[in-house]
Amino acid sequence: MGKSCSCIGCDGVLEAHPDAKKELEAYIDSLPIGDDIDANRGYLIQSLHKAQDVFGYLPESVQLFVANKLKIHLSEVYGVISFYSYFTDVPVGKYKINVCTGTACFVRGSMKILDELSRHLGIKEGETTEDKRFSLGGLRCVGACSLAPVVMVNDKVYGNVTPQMVQEILNDCE
Amino acid sequence: MTASSAETRTVKTPDELKAWAADVAKKNKEDAPVVIRVSMGTCGIAAGTTPILEALKEQIKLQGKEGTVKITQTGCMGLCHSEPSVEVVDVEKGTSTFYGSLTAEQAPALIQAGTDLAPGVKVVDKIWYFPEEEENTNGAIQARVVLRNSGRIRPELIEDYIGTGGYSGLAKALTEMSSQDVIDTVTESGLRGRGGGGFPTGRKWAFAAAQNNEQKYVICNADEGDPGAFMDRAVLEGDPHAVLEAMAVAGYAVGANQGVIYIRAEYPLAIERLQIAIAQARECGFLGTNIFGSGFNFDIDIKYGAGAFVCGEETALIHSIEGKRGEPIFKPPFPAIEGLWKKPTIVNNVETYANVCAIMRKGAAWFKSIGTEKCPGTKVFALAGKIKNVGLVEVPMGTQLRDIIYKIGDGIKDGKAFKAVQTGGPSGGCITAAHLDSPIDYESLRALGSMMGSGGMIVMDEDDCMVNVAKYFLEFTLDESCGRCTPCRIGNKRLFEMLSDICHGKGTMETLIKLRTLSETIKDTALCGLGQTSPNPVLSTLREFRREYLEHVLNKTCSAGVCSSLIKFEINDKCVGCTMCARNCPANCITGEKKGKHVIDQNACIKCGVCYETCKFHAIDKK
Ligand SMILES: Cc1cc2nc3c(=O)[nH]c(=O)nc-3n(C[C@H](O)[C@H](O)[C@H](O)COP(=O)(O)O)c2cc1C
Ligand code: FES
Repeated sequence: MGKSCSCIGCDGVLEAHPDAKKELEAYIDSLPIGDDIDANRGYLIQSLHKAQDVFGYLPESVQLFVANKLKIHLSEVYGVISFYSYFTDVPVGKYKINVCTGTACFVRGSMKILDELSRHLGIKEGETTEDKRFSLGGLRCVGACSLAPVVMVNDKVYGNVTPQMVQEILNDCE
Repeated sequence: MTASSAETRTVKTPDELKAWAADVAKKNKEDAPVVIRVSMGTCGIAAGTTPILEALKEQIKLQGKEGTVKITQTGCMGLCHSEPSVEVVDVEKGTSTFYGSLTAEQAPALIQAGTDLAPGVKVVDKIWYFPEEEENTNGAIQARVVLRNSGRIRPELIEDYIGTGGYSGLAKALTEMSSQDVIDTVTESGLRGRGGGGFPTGRKWAFAAAQNNEQKYVICNADEGDPGAFMDRAVLEGDPHAVLEAMAVAGYAVGANQGVIYIRAEYPLAIERLQIAIAQARECGFLGTNIFGSGFNFDIDIKYGAGAFVCGEETALIHSIEGKRGEPIFKPPFPAIEGLWKKPTIVNNVETYANVCAIMRKGAAWFKSIGTEKCPGTKVFALAGKIKNVGLVEVPMGTQLRDIIYKIGDGIKDGKAFKAVQTGGPSGGCITAAHLDSPIDYESLRALGSMMGSGGMIVMDEDDCMVNVAKYFLEFTLDESCGRCTPCRIGNKRLFEMLSDICHGKGTMETLIKLRTLSETIKDTALCGLGQTSPNPVLSTLREFRREYLEHVLNKTCSAGVCSSLIKFEINDKCVGCTMCARNCPANCITGEKKGKHVIDQNACIKCGVCYETCKFHAIDKK
């Protein structure tokens, strides 16, 4: 992410996206943030959801921005981000490919699909391709168990996926 | 369906509510003689309901049936195996037909038919869904209490909920009953928590009510973490007001003015419908100040999870709402004494709340008449896996597993043999064919080494390797362990490694002994429910499927053909050289002339089994 020095929060992401910053700021300002740190902390997770929504991920500069806004320490913000799997502090690919690894999909062979995707993309679960086009991940039950095994590409759901379909799914992303 | 078409009224008295309900009923009778309910839950949408909805709308216009056929978009009907599905209601007679596996091409016939049977369209078996008037009658295996409105009403229109008697339970509680009466009714009904533990709901409420504190909280646990269970989502998407109403009742009973719904971020549609429902309820005066003129104030906030299974545990959930890492703490103190922001708090599951409204309306005696003595009421299960009919089923407590799997689920897919059914998710265990006649309730399932859990029910067949299944659940817990206590953080890792070894043919008899000892140690020493139950899948498979473990360890084979290190695919003499396998092999490791016998390059084979599944000539052996 073109970080040129090692100081905290100067990755430049915040400055590079002024509109996103404005949107996040407006959202946090709409919350009843006050001087009670404990109460402010109650708004942390939703603020991070918003931030990840607008920036796509949570780089240090964004974390610091949220921390300052809520008057809590950066380490606490980081602690929360690292705890919850929904949050990520590294950029993800344009196509987020998630294989459902819920129980119903598992018994219908979702691990084979995951292996196959991993082989095609040359990345492991949780990684992103170098060209930032694809991220590969697992997901716990998307509630479409009748279509198991299920693969989601961004918001699109593919059902009854077989290893042979993997190439087609990737072609759809072109 | 936009909020702007929603009718809302300000309701101040139970009589105004009754009048509104009567108006809705009248309007529904007069509106159109045929109503088509289109199931628009997440699952229905994923299965492709949206184009069918469009096609139906277009056909109504084309056939000039605007005045006679009305389309409503509802939540999930639970008919996952037949999505996309619709229900065609004959309003006058009050009967209906369910159609499934619809395609857009069938829309003209469906609209043409009206209330007559549409030719060439799949009708869903009645065992899956009873028209309202036949419901809960003798002979019906399913009973609808929790899912009574899901798939029937339009979740984004409060008037539909009012039309089914919605908010009358709250009206009754606030205007005719004392807080103690409400608690007594819930206690008497015998309702037990549906989030997994089965703790008596009335007793929990009584604890919180007894606390002398100005500020108390009511929390709805909508984290639904069991991978393979989605009944809470169905209720939230299909009948969101039921949860709001019950939370307000709970608030009145325990003396709380603030409710919080903690919902997982992975449920965007449920979140959206909840937000709409809360806004409508506020507008009508069912939330806010001086509800039904009783002087009782109550409001509800939504808080979002962020992908952590352990946050379904109530103390972890409370930390998460407070904006902290969702780590559980040792109980006591129980949340009812010291919960959110250190105030008395009750945490109940979505399904538990959905029962509360019905109890308030119909009374404790009615509720007790369903289910068993110790476990009154129903339970919703998400039936999935190797079963023919996948879907949401709701049965009275005490129903036999066999009925669910063979009568409702219609048996095992592709004519394979039943092996086990897994309940309780990562905290549960596997139940074998020998115990299929056991009744379903908290105690019986626990006696079988499994548990009720939130209601996931995954059916497995002869092709499932139970060692691998145990490994799967362990991998899940490993992923989700918060790392706070050592038995769970390190113990489960060791368990997982041992299971991996066994699956790779590296296990010994000693591994099996260690596996059991460590499992029991973790069970006894872990901090929270996650760790204490995480070895259950291992212990239950070790007990019920010991032979399979022995086979992996002693013979280094996996008879289910799952553990890839222990299997090999080979082409036999039945091969006619159709080239099917070679063309489908994702690793391109099958070679051979057309019409000649093919060979698999064992070094390049990734053991995906595609050749085995595609070969029409049984020419591939799995060893
Ligand atoms: C690891 C773990 C995960 C849990 N996940 C859930 C869940 O996803 N949903 C739920 O309602 N309860 C869950 N529970 C149970 C809750 O702690 C709590 O008992 C329940 O919400 C109480 O509501 P009830 O009495 O209505 O069942 C979980 C418990 C543990 C130990
Ligand atoms: S387990 Fe994959 S959709 Fe439910």
